[in-house]
Amino acid sequence: MLGTGIIKGMVETARNFVGSYHDSDRLTTVQYPEEKLPPKENGRNFPFLVFDGNEPMAGLRCVACQICEKECPPQCIYIIKDTVKKPDHTGKMQVQAKTFDIDISVCMSCQICVEVCPFEAIKMDQVFELSTTDRFDDLLLRKNELAKPNSYYQQLHPTDAAESDAKLAEDKRKAEAKATAATAAAKPVTTKPESSETKAKE
Amino acid sequence: MQGLDQIFVQGKQWLIAFLPESVQPIASILLVIASIFGVFATLFAVTTILERKILGRIQNRLGPNRVGPFGFLQPAADGIKMLTKEDIVPRDADKVVHFLAPLALLVPVALALAVLPYGRNMVPVEFDAGLLFFFAVGASTELSVFMAGWSSRNKYSLIGAMRGIAQMISYEVPLVLSTISVVMIVGSLSLVKIVEAQSGFVFGFVPVWHVFTPWGLAGFALFMIAATAESNRAPFDLPEAESEIIAGYLTEYSGFKYALFFMGEYWGMFAISGLAVTLFLGGWNAPLPFLQFIPSYIWFFTKLLTLIFAFIWMRGTLPRLRLDQLMGFAWKFLLPLALVNIVVAAIWHFSKAWQLPGALGLRWILCALLIAIPFVGLGRGLSKVKAKRVYQYAE
Repeated sequence: MLGTGIIKGMVETARNFVGSYHDSDRLTTVQYPEEKLPPKENGRNFPFLVFDGNEPMAGLRCVACQICEKECPPQCIYIIKDTVKKPDHTGKMQVQAKTFDIDISVCMSCQICVEVCPFEAIKMDQVFELSTTDRFDDLLLRKNELAKPNSYYQQLHPTDAAESDAKLAEDKRKAEAKATAATAAAKPVTTKPESSETKAKE
Repeated sequence: MQGLDQIFVQGKQWLIAFLPESVQPIASILLVIASIFGVFATLFAVTTILERKILGRIQNRLGPNRVGPFGFLQPAADGIKMLTKEDIVPRDADKVVHFLAPLALLVPVALALAVLPYGRNMVPVEFDAGLLFFFAVGASTELSVFMAGWSSRNKYSLIGAMRGIAQMISYEVPLVLSTISVVMIVGSLSLVKIVEAQSGFVFGFVPVWHVFTPWGLAGFALFMIAATAESNRAPFDLPEAESEIIAGYLTEYSGFKYALFFMGEYWGMFAISGLAVTLFLGGWNAPLPFLQFIPSYIWFFTKLLTLIFAFIWMRGTLPRLRLDQLMGFAWKFLLPLALVNIVVAAIWHFSKAWQLPGALGLRWILCALLIAIPFVGLGRGLSKVKAKRVYQYAE
């Protein structure tokens, strides 16, 4: 009969109306500034630079190789190499960045910089409350603003961080093994002249 | 309790007694006008926030809850926003008509509000033909819709206005016809007399409101459906369908003029709900004998807000009609049913003289059947699918 569908609909909306007052599970709204959803592990927006240890500038993994700068599609990364070198995690002396800027008003969050970085130095962040009153200077992030500890990265993307930590540990182990091998190989070299000397003496 | 019921009437008399006798009549009128504007502007503000809250809850949302406690200061924020917005008039608009259109809506609606009896002895202007006056000024709101649509020089506005005119004229017919049964039974066009005819109780507890009779119930339903269309509310909001024609005749309005239009529409909804309360729901009469100590105006506004809630509830439930469905519904369903209802009211009136035992039950069954059978029949005709729609240009 005409009208039954309307009554059915009215009952449904009335159920929603009353139900939303005594059953808070019905309400899907997250009241943003007070409530926040936990971040998703795979979420990403803008890159940041990872550093090891407690000293941000000393512990930066970045070696200013400029691969990310070249690969960046919108060209939002700007790097100037420093003349002073510093040791990386394996103890090898590496170039460091004098200037490392990312213009996040240009960045398109493609993650290509992360994919190409061979040093696990640049990773994607999840901060989103980035509104400022100055759209030029405040959206251009400097090296010191970009530097964030490895513990932060581990907390943000646990799976990826475990992988990259394992890779770095492997690198370090290899480097140490190489170093010990080199020292082991170097010993005969250092002893050889002695022997030659001894030979010469003989 | 008599004192509390008449507090506003006596308060007005006490106030104007301070003035010299020559200015007393005009002072009395101004006081009434000021209080009508004050009360309905407040009611408008309260209704906008309640509507948004209720619609939110119907959709399992929270609704506005940021401004003030539970968001109840939202109307103030909206008002400030509206007043400080730029008032844009299109370059090619007919500027005079564009400016007058909101006023042409607000003035008739305010006039219509003047004839409603808000409580015992509380009718701003007592007309012998109050109902006629109400419909006469109410019909001129259509003019404002067309003024707005035509003067904007915008195709969306014009489409909205054309739709508005077609819809309002179509629904004016069942609206008026459904009230005729009340006039036939009461024998008066005076809204005060219609309310007085509905005071009293049968069996000591059932109020003699018109809605508790078969013709009254049908008339009330017809009236409310036509009133929804008259006040351009969902599901009959074709003239201002946001998703189809942006906002119809409101497209080119902004700032304070838009706010005036918005207020005019809400006032129209209050006026027509007030008329429904007056004609069918017993006006300011209490629903039960022991509740008569509560002042009459409180009853009037309680009933009014209940009807407003029903409007909001319908808006939250029903999707918008298509134009041909809208027209078909008015002309093929509401109009025949309203005509049948007039006959039923006549039968009800003349069968009052029956002296049979159980005459009341017999009258009820007869009249209810006379309405139910056409309802089912017409409903079947309306919902029958005549031809499958062929979409020539789709695919």
